[in-house]
Amino acid sequence: MSLRSGPRTLARANGSIFGTIRRISGINAVRTYANGTSNGKEDTTHFGYKTVKKEDKEKLVGDVFSSVASSYDVMNDAMSLGIHRLWKSHFINRLDAGMRPGSNRALDFLDVAGGTGDIAFGLLEHAQKKYNDTSSTMTVADINPDMLREGEKRYLNTKWNDGSDRVKFLVQNGEIMDQIEDNSKDVYTIAFGIRNFTNIQAGLNTAYRVLRPGGIFACLEFSQVENPALDYIYQAYSFSLLPLMGQLIADDRESYQYLVESIRKFPKQEEFKGMIEKAGFYVPEKGYENLTFGVASIHIGVKL
Amino acid sequence: MLASSRVVASTKLWTGLALQKRQFVLTAATTAVGALLFSENNRLANQMERGQLHRKDARESNSEASQPFFKRKEPNYPGHIPLYNFEKLLMVLGSSIGAYTHPEKNQFIVALGESTAIAPVLRRLQHQMLSDPVGRQILHERPRMTSTSLNLDYLKSLPENTIGRTYINWLEKEGVSPDTRVAVKYIDDEELAYVYQRYRECHDFYHAITGLPIIIEGEIAVKVFEYMNIGIPMSGLGALFAPFHIKPSQRERLYSIYYPWAFKSGLNSKPLINVYWENILEEDINEFREKMGIEQPPDLRALRKEYFAKLKAAKKIV
Repeated sequence: MSLRSGPRTLARANGSIFGTIRRISGINAVRTYANGTSNGKEDTTHFGYKTVKKEDKEKLVGDVFSSVASSYDVMNDAMSLGIHRLWKSHFINRLDAGMRPGSNRALDFLDVAGGTGDIAFGLLEHAQKKYNDTSSTMTVADINPDMLREGEKRYLNTKWNDGSDRVKFLVQNGEIMDQIEDNSKDVYTIAFGIRNFTNIQAGLNTAYRVLRPGGIFACLEFSQVENPALDYIYQAYSFSLLPLMGQLIADDRESYQYLVESIRKFPKQEEFKGMIEKAGFYVPEKGYENLTFGVASIHIGVKL
Repeated sequence: MLASSRVVASTKLWTGLALQKRQFVLTAATTAVGALLFSENNRLANQMERGQLHRKDARESNSEASQPFFKRKEPNYPGHIPLYNFEKLLMVLGSSIGAYTHPEKNQFIVALGESTAIAPVLRRLQHQMLSDPVGRQILHERPRMTSTSLNLDYLKSLPENTIGRTYINWLEKEGVSPDTRVAVKYIDDEELAYVYQRYRECHDFYHAITGLPIIIEGEIAVKVFEYMNIGIPMSGLGALFAPFHIKPSQRERLYSIYYPWAFKSGLNSKPLINVYWENILEEDINEFREKMGIEQPPDLRALRKEYFAKLKAAKKIV
């Protein structure tokens, strides 16, 4: 510590010592314990780039989604420049779910983490337009009641709200799903939800449990961009612009920082395909379809 | 002659055809071999060999995740988010558009203030504080305005003409509470971040000693006053552009009464950043104003009431 100007050094010394103490007890403490085993605690997991206890992650994710619920769609449009609509409609078209003409049993759709309901209503719309299917049921499950409330609000204004009780909204934890029986669903969709699960494998196992034999598991999720040059641009965009948009448009920088960090932490395409196979699904070659160079990816599994 | 030309022609044709055939064969062979060598399975196998395909342990810090392309510098203080220069520039652009179109939303003012408060400006303020004994004390002790440092009940118990009492009276008149101001996140130097935080927290006191209300006109007037005295760029931008949003009658009032007052008082008064508000709550406010050289502007709410009463009366007659 060189003596330059007396008061300034004093202020700096006090300021920086105090600052150092605060700093050590603050962020960096979490960073040094990035590897759970070195700390002796086996029950930690990642929350974006931070390390948190497993039992805390659910609440932290819940807080994130409660705070983004009201501006969710606006932010999705702003962040993906509207491309998320293309992804979702391609997902629905490819899934091509609907009771075929000549069939005698209506299908049961389950949309997990479907809070605001865009996939759910899109599936019903597709089934009705393409197959004239007006009897398949839809259950929208989400662990976060605020997101689900947004979905219910939207539902009230759609044509599916015709008193026929086709659409149900349930607050459910995707890893447990206690209100959904085994072998009771034909289509299980989860769009941009599974990366928030505390235990992704448990979520996949539960998906296997609730699907009927012949049922399809379809997951649309952010994934890794394979091309390094594009990945560079993608990362620069997502780490600098997305939190800035969250800060200015939604007044919530932390939630969108969590979003981009959780995207990085999600398993890559092949690894996630392995996890789906581990849950018991049959994964047809190649098992995943990259959208927009790998920014998003559709994973499919079939329960045999 | 005809025969030889035919031979020449057919030779040319034959070599032309052979060239084309050779090109086709080479291209087809290259494509086939390439497809065999660089197929999807081979590419994935290469990646697996390099260990880039699967993560062995979900907790293990993956080499890619730990050295991502985009990395931020280490924070200098808790809550600090170090931004790159292009991000700061984008924040200036985005928040200035937002603050102009939606001045009531706090996030734009916060972002605009922090991104335009560049280091030279804050360093000048820091030097101003360091040249004054009270300023040095503030930098040394780093007081933050919390519910304990500004105990409202205690303020209410103070005699009428004190600074603390004036402050609580103003809070009640405007119907606001001294809620904690947003913490500074984007200013890189730790001490400069504290200087800006101090500026942000003292804003309500500037309102209280001048008596200006929280309506947009009052805020603009305070911003001009602040800019003339303290020099934060965001307040200057507000002073320049915010009047374009308000009604012409309000603008006229601002330009004719409050801007001149703000220029005069702001420039002639002592630096407000060096006032240790928490320690002078019991001082007499008129003495304080005289000492600092601050004149009180005309009561804005009273002026507005007069103006609306005049309008109503005019309409009644007409």
